[in-house]
Amino acid sequence: MVKVRGLKTAFGPHVVHDGLDLDVKRGEILGVVGGSGTGKSVLLKAIIGLLKPEAGTIEINGQDRAAMTDEEDRLSRRDWGVLFQDGALFSSLTVGQNIQVPLREHFHMSHSLMKDLALSKLQMAGLSLDTAAKFPSDLSGGMRKRAALARSLALDPDLLFLDEPTAGLDPIGAAAFDELVQELSRSLGLTVFLVTHDLDTLVRVCDRIAVLGDKKILINAPLKEVMAYDHPWVQEYFHGPRARAAGAQD
Amino acid sequence: MCRFNRIYQEGSGKKVAGALTDNGFVTVENGSPSAMVRLHGDWTIDNAVDIDSAMPGVVAACKAGAVVDCSAIGSLDTTGAVLIRRYCAAIEEAGAAVLTGVLAAHKTLLDVITCCPPPAATEPDHAPWYLLPLLQAGEATMRALRSSARLLGFLGLVLMRLFGSLFDMGRVRLVPVIHQMEVVGLQSMGIVGLISFLIGAVMVNQGAIQLARFGADIFVIDMLGIGHLRELGILLTAIIIAGRSGSAFTAQIGSMVLHEEVDAMKTLGMNPIDVLVLPRLVALVVCLPLLAFYADIVGIAGGALMAWIQLDITPANFLTYFREVISIDHYWVGIIKAPFFAAVIATTGCYHGLRVHGSADALGMRTTRSVVQSIFLVIVLDALFAIFFTSVGL
Repeated sequence: MVKVRGLKTAFGPHVVHDGLDLDVKRGEILGVVGGSGTGKSVLLKAIIGLLKPEAGTIEINGQDRAAMTDEEDRLSRRDWGVLFQDGALFSSLTVGQNIQVPLREHFHMSHSLMKDLALSKLQMAGLSLDTAAKFPSDLSGGMRKRAALARSLALDPDLLFLDEPTAGLDPIGAAAFDELVQELSRSLGLTVFLVTHDLDTLVRVCDRIAVLGDKKILINAPLKEVMAYDHPWVQEYFHGPRARAAGAQD
Repeated sequence: MCRFNRIYQEGSGKKVAGALTDNGFVTVENGSPSAMVRLHGDWTIDNAVDIDSAMPGVVAACKAGAVVDCSAIGSLDTTGAVLIRRYCAAIEEAGAAVLTGVLAAHKTLLDVITCCPPPAATEPDHAPWYLLPLLQAGEATMRALRSSARLLGFLGLVLMRLFGSLFDMGRVRLVPVIHQMEVVGLQSMGIVGLISFLIGAVMVNQGAIQLARFGADIFVIDMLGIGHLRELGILLTAIIIAGRSGSAFTAQIGSMVLHEEVDAMKTLGMNPIDVLVLPRLVALVVCLPLLAFYADIVGIAGGALMAWIQLDITPANFLTYFREVISIDHYWVGIIKAPFFAAVIATTGCYHGLRVHGSADALGMRTTRSVVQSIFLVIVLDALFAIFFTSVGL
C-alpha cells in the first residue's frame, strides 16, 4: 500500500532520515515508534507530501508521489485521510461543517446528502449527533480527536494516517479511541499508519511495529519479534517498567 | 463511467416487463404487493452524486413500499451504505422497505451504518432573515454598552493596581517596562518622524497656496504652529501608536490567553495585570509624550523646509517669526493630552487581548476591534479636550 525506498530528509545540515525503507501492507495497522527526535512526525509529513524529501521514492497505491502532476496529486488525496496531533479542525466552522469541507471540495453533492454523510461519519466516530452544531473550541480534547477522525474519514479513504492519536487523552479515553481505530479498520478495511508513543496502543491495536532509530527503520515486524530485537533502545523501550504495565511482557 | 454504462446495459437487457424506472445504479421493477428495487454498480463516493440525484424518481415509483435487493452491488463504501439507508428511509415514508440479498462482504459496512442518521443540525441556529437586522442592531448596541462598561471597569482595575504598586515598589517590573519602552517608543520613532515631517511640509505647501490669494502667505507659519502643536502632532502620533502598538498588545496578550499562558500565570501567583498590562501602560504613558514632542519638532522642521523652498523664508527668519507668534501654551495644550491618549490606547489594547477567547478567529477580531476602538476613543477624547481648552480660554 505504501512503499518508501531510500528516503532521505534533512533540515539544512541536520539529516533526519538517510536511506529509510518502509512498507505498509494493505489492511494492516502499522505502529511507528521511536525516541524523541528520531523523526516520526517528519516521516509522516514526508509520506503525506507536506515535506519534500531530499532523495528516495514514496509510493502510495503504486503511484510514485514525486512523478505525479498537481491534478493527480489532488485526486490521490481522496484515497487517504490524515488525523493531526491536535485534530487541526477549522476553528471557525462547526464540527458538522468541518466534516463537510472535503466533500464540498471534491464533489457537488446535495445539501441533505452531505448532512447525512457528515452525521453518519460522526456516529462512526462515536460522537453524539448534537456535537455537529458545536464549534471545536466547545469540545474536550478527546471529542476533538474523534471529530477530526470523522473528518479524515469523510472521503472514504483506504489509508488513514494518525499522528499520536492518543496523546493528551486519559487512559480510558485513549483505550476507547484505540478500540475505535481497530473497529473502523476492521469494518471498513482500512489500512492505518499510526505514529505513537503509547505502549498500550502498540500492544493492543497494531499488527506490526516499525521502530525508527539511527536515521532508518531498525525493524518492522509483529510485536513479539520486535521485543526480541537486539538494540539498546528497543530493549529499554519494550522491557522497561511502563512496557511491563502495558502487558507487553506476556 | 463507462463501466457503469455497461452494467446499466446488462441490466436493461435483462429488464423484465414491469420495469418502471432505472438508471446506472438503480432499477425499479413492478411487483405485488410492493415494487422490487435492484441496486447495481459501484456504490462508492465517486458515484454518490449520480445515485443521490436518482433517488426522487425511484421513491416516486415505490408507492407501496419496496424490496431492496443489494445482491448486484459491485463495491460498497460507507458513503454507499449511507445512500442505501437513505433510499430505505425515503421508501419507508410510503410503506415498508425490506433489504435483501446483502453480500457477506458488504454486511459489516451495513452493520456500521445501521440507519439513516436522524436529522440533527450541523450549523448553529439562525434567526429568520426579516428579524436579522433588528437582532443584529440590538445585539450590537447591547454589546457596545456592555463593552464600554467592562472597559471602564478594566481601567479602574488597572489604576487600582497601578496606585497599589506605588506603595509596594517590589511589584514594579522594571525590565519589562524598559523593554516595552524600547518597542513602543524607540522603535516607532522612524514612522512617527516620517509622517510628522511629511504632514508639516504638506500643511505649509497647501496652506501657502491658499493664503497667497489673500497675500497672507506669511500666516502659514501661524497655521502650522497652532495646527501642528495643538492638534495634528499629538493626534497623528496617537493614531500611529494605536495602530502599531495597540494592535501588538492585543495580539501578544491574546495569543498568550489562547495558549493558557495567562491561566498558568495566575496559578503561579502572578497577577496578569501587574505582569502584562502595567508595563505596557507605564511604558506608553512615558513614551507617548516624548514621541509627541519629537513629532512636534520634526513636523515644524518639515514645515520650515517647505517654507524655505516655496516661500523663500530662511530657517532663521522662520524661527524668529515662529517665536514671536506662537506662545508656549499651544505646545502645552498638545503635550498634556499625550498621557491620556497613551492610557486609552494601552488599556484598550490590553483589555481586548485579555478578552480573547476560543479560536484564532477571535484573536483577529479582537485585534481589529482594539485598533478601531482605541482610534475612536482617542478622537473622542481629543474633541472633549478641545471643548475644555476653549472654555477655559487657552
